[in-house]
This record gives sequence, C-alpha cells and structure tokens, in this order.
Amino acid sequence: MAAFRDIIITGLLLGGIFALVSVGLSLQYGVGRVLNVAHGEFIMIGSFVTFWLFGSTIRLNPLLSIVITAPLVFVIGWFLHATLFRRLMHTAPTLDIFEGKSMLASFGLLYVVQNIARIIWGSQTHKIDYLNTTVTGAQIPLNRLVALGVVIVVAAAFYVFLARTRMGKAIRSSAQDPTTAGLMGVSINTVLAVCFGLGLAMAGIAGTLLSFVYAIQTSMGLQYTVIAMIVVVLGGLGSITGAMIGGVILGIVSQLVTHFQPTLTMIAYYVVFIILLLARPKGIMGK
Amino acid sequence: MLVIFVLLAILPTVNHGYTVTLFADILRYATLTVAWVIFSGPTGYMSLATSAFYGLGFYIAAVANGPLPFAAAIIISGIAGFAIAVFVGALTLRLRGVYFCIFTFALTLLVQNVVMEIERLVTQTRGRFVVNETAEAAYYAMFVVFLFTMVMAIMIRRSRYGLALQSIGEHEEAAAHSGINVVRSKVLVFGASAVPMAMAGAIIATRRTYIDPGIAFNLNTTFLPVLMALFGGMGNLVGPVIGAAVFTYIGEILLTRFPDLYMLIFGAVLILAIVFMPNGIVGLAQMAWNKMRGGRRAPA
Repeated sequence: MAAFRDIIITGLLLGGIFALVSVGLSLQYGVGRVLNVAHGEFIMIGSFVTFWLFGSTIRLNPLLSIVITAPLVFVIGWFLHATLFRRLMHTAPTLDIFEGKSMLASFGLLYVVQNIARIIWGSQTHKIDYLNTTVTGAQIPLNRLVALGVVIVVAAAFYVFLARTRMGKAIRSSAQDPTTAGLMGVSINTVLAVCFGLGLAMAGIAGTLLSFVYAIQTSMGLQYTVIAMIVVVLGGLGSITGAMIGGVILGIVSQLVTHFQPTLTMIAYYVVFIILLLARPKGIMGK
Repeated sequence: MLVIFVLLAILPTVNHGYTVTLFADILRYATLTVAWVIFSGPTGYMSLATSAFYGLGFYIAAVANGPLPFAAAIIISGIAGFAIAVFVGALTLRLRGVYFCIFTFALTLLVQNVVMEIERLVTQTRGRFVVNETAEAAYYAMFVVFLFTMVMAIMIRRSRYGLALQSIGEHEEAAAHSGINVVRSKVLVFGASAVPMAMAGAIIATRRTYIDPGIAFNLNTTFLPVLMALFGGMGNLVGPVIGAAVFTYIGEILLTRFPDLYMLIFGAVLILAIVFMPNGIVGLAQMAWNKMRGGRRAPA
C-alpha cells in the first residue's frame, strides 16, 4: 500500500511537470496554431542553462535560475514568432497550410537548437545534485516536492494572468477568434508573440525543474515533446485545463508502468494516446 | 528523360565504387520522396510515418534476406508495407489535419519501441545482422524500385484515384458529396505509397551489416523526404526527384566536410526552404521563367 501511495505521489509530481510543458505547447497551438515540435528543445535549453549557472563560479541555486531561464527563453520565443512564424502566417493561403508549414519549420528549429546545444555542451549526461534528501515517511526526494510546489505556483500565476489581466483577456479572445479579436482592437501580432514566448518560458521553467530531478542530456528534448503532444491531444488541442488534467493522468500512468516494467513506459504512452485518438479524438476537454 | 534512365541503367558498368553508392542513395531518397508525394502531395495530409515503413523493410530484410532470395525479401517488404499501411490508414485516416500528423509521427516511435521490446524479450539483443548484397545489386534493385515508384505515381495521378485525392485535398466534404468513396481512396493510396518505402528499406538494409531499431526507424528518414519534396516542389513529379537529387548530393558533401554541422545546416535549410520557397525549386524556376518572358505571374 505504501508502495502504491508513493507511485501516485511521484506520478503527481511528474504529472505536474508534464502539465507545465503541455500547457506551454497548448498555448502555442491553441492561440498561435503553431504545433511546435521544437518545444522540448527549450526544456533542454532551460536545463542546460541551469546546469551551466550551477556549475559556474557563482554556483547559482538551481531554483533561482528560473528567474534567468524563463525570461531568456521567453525572449527567444518572442523573437522566433516575430521573425519566422509571423512571416509564414502572412504568406500561407490557408490556416491548414500554415499549420503544416509552421510545424515543419519547427522541425528545422529542433535540429538547429539541438545541434547548437550539442556543440556547446557535448552529448554526455549530467545531473545537478540539489536537495537530494528524502522526506521522512515516504521515499520521495525533497527536490521533487519543491518542483511540484513551483509548478503549482506557476500554474496559479498563469491562471490569474489569463483571467485577470488585460493581456490575458486579449489572449483568450484571440484563441476564440483572432479576426474578431483584431477588430476589437487587440494587437494580434503582439498577442501571438507573447503566447509563443510564454509557451516556451513554461518549457524553460520545466527544464530548470527537470535538471535537478532527472539526468539531462542535449538529446532529451524530443522525448518531452512527444509526451507534451500526447498530453495536449489527451486534453483536447488548445485547451489549457485539458492539458493540465492530461499531464497528471500521463504522469500517473508513467509511474505505474515504470513500477512494473520500466522499458514499457514509452509504449504505454503511445497505447494511451492511440486508444484516445481513436475513441475520442477531441480529447477530454475538447469542444 | 529517357536518356537519363538509360544512363542510370548502365551506370554500374562504366563506374564503380563511390559513384554507384552515391547514385543508389539519390535513388533511395527520390523513391522515398516520390512515394511520400503520392499520398501527401494531393491530399495535404502530412504523413510522418515514412520511417515506420522504411524501418519495417529493414527488419524484413534482416529476417528474410539469406533464407530467401534478395528479390523475394524486397517483394515481401512491399506487401507487408502495404498491409500495415492499409491497416493503420483504415484506423487513422478519419483523423484530420494536425491530428493525423501527430498520429503518424507517434506511429514511427511506437513501432520503434515495440520492435525494441520484442527484440529484448525474444532474442535478447539490441540489433541484428543482415546478409549483405553487393553495391551493384543494391543499386539495380533500387533503380527498379525507383522506376516502379515513378510508374505507380504517374498511374495514380492519371487514374480516378488521383482525381479523387485532388478533390479530397481541396475540399473533403465536397468530394464525399460528389460520390467519391473518400475513405477507400485515402486508405488505398496511403497503402500504395508505403510499398516503395518498405522496399527501399529492405534494399538499403542489405548494404549495412548491422541494424538496430535506432538505425532502422531514424526520424531523419521521415523528415528528409518531406524537406526534399518541399524543396523541389510538389506540383509535379519532377520537383520531388530534383529535390531529392540536390539534397542527397549536398548532404553527402556536408557529411564528409562538416560532420558535426550537418544536422544544424540541414535544419537551417529546412526553415529557409519553407520561408522563402513556398512552391519549391520548380516553382521558383517557373516564376523566373515567367518573369523572363515578361508575363505576369499567375495567381497562386
């Protein structure tokens, strides 16, 4: 029973990180219609910037480096949208063509980012040793609890941002109908660039958290992109709430399967994914 | 056109070694690209499952080549590719747009993981050895498969199915309402496009001594043909072939000169090709031609 409890708790912790990554992807797709396959690469960037700051002479506390990774990745995202994806959006004749092209462009991005990172940081595996003590009573390292705490804070802050601020309102209206939002005076280009940047910033934060929970390497991105895509489809493309629920479900599934047979984890993800796509392609919260 | 084919046919008799391997590689990518364009070109359904069928060919060759003749291994791969594509297509082709894309992408990774798991449980190894064929034999096999692919692509484009696919790509509901069996057309052509992919896999596998799931189901096999098709232009069948030839050659040069930067440059070219060449190199040439003749550019 204790083992089962630990599985569920670890699943929730992992699910929290999955949810964060997936909300980012969902934001990029739901508002900007960019299925960003390079999403996971920015998790990797977040992880490695954290690792690099921790290893440098200032020995920055990994948690504090969120303050650096999130804005850094946000700016990259903003810049990418303002240059690359905006141009694609304005030249593509239909939305379907834009979706296809932006996805392929993000594949190009995946290769570029991953290879630059490999040239800088090599392809070895690294791990940050931080808060690696277990909490009494359960076999759960403290760093994972801290990670979950950060996820909850970020999710709450994001919720308030979406619900209460002017920019949040602009994002919500653009997600519903970009043309009408534009007519109502929303600066669509700014909103889309902000969404793309915010989506990546979440990946960056997740990367920072992952860097002291799991081992990191420059090729780690794709795995998380696939997980995030599964979660986003699971929750309903473009639905933020759905992405959170989906993330937690997949986190628990992952821990359950890992407990019995670790090599089957990836296969379990796909099985969940395929069953869902066939049974309810709209996802849990899809309209 | 015919001259090129004849030249390709007699190539191994006049030249040996590297040239033959290079051209076999060009033919491989031309085959994969044209096969991808057969389905994804007219319908606009972007399939990212090329690597799944290609890798399947790898494994069939590993098992069948040796006990059975080379040609038999290739044909079995083609049949198996067709069967699996029809099965997968029947399950998934009701998904639209980006869902289909995600699904086929996940399919490749799923097949890779399943094969890895089967190997771990049954043979308890990571990879397999493949019975080798000579470079010339592989070249000729690739050439035949390439011809087969081109003939099939032309025949499909000219048949009822070609028209059906075109109208599905333009407006799926309208196609269904005008009496086209949308699902059957999509599934059959998806199956047909998987045949050359699996065959190419079976041939290329015999040029390697050792294969494992990571090699067989490499994601590059999925993206390179898409890139080549985009680069060449998908409006006709010459574009994809030119795209494949140019890219394979450039890739070869990059790989020998800057092995570390190869994928980086590849990614950058992919982005630039998408942004600046919406209709591919053939589209670009057509535009230049129209400008030279002083004619107005036709509306896209």
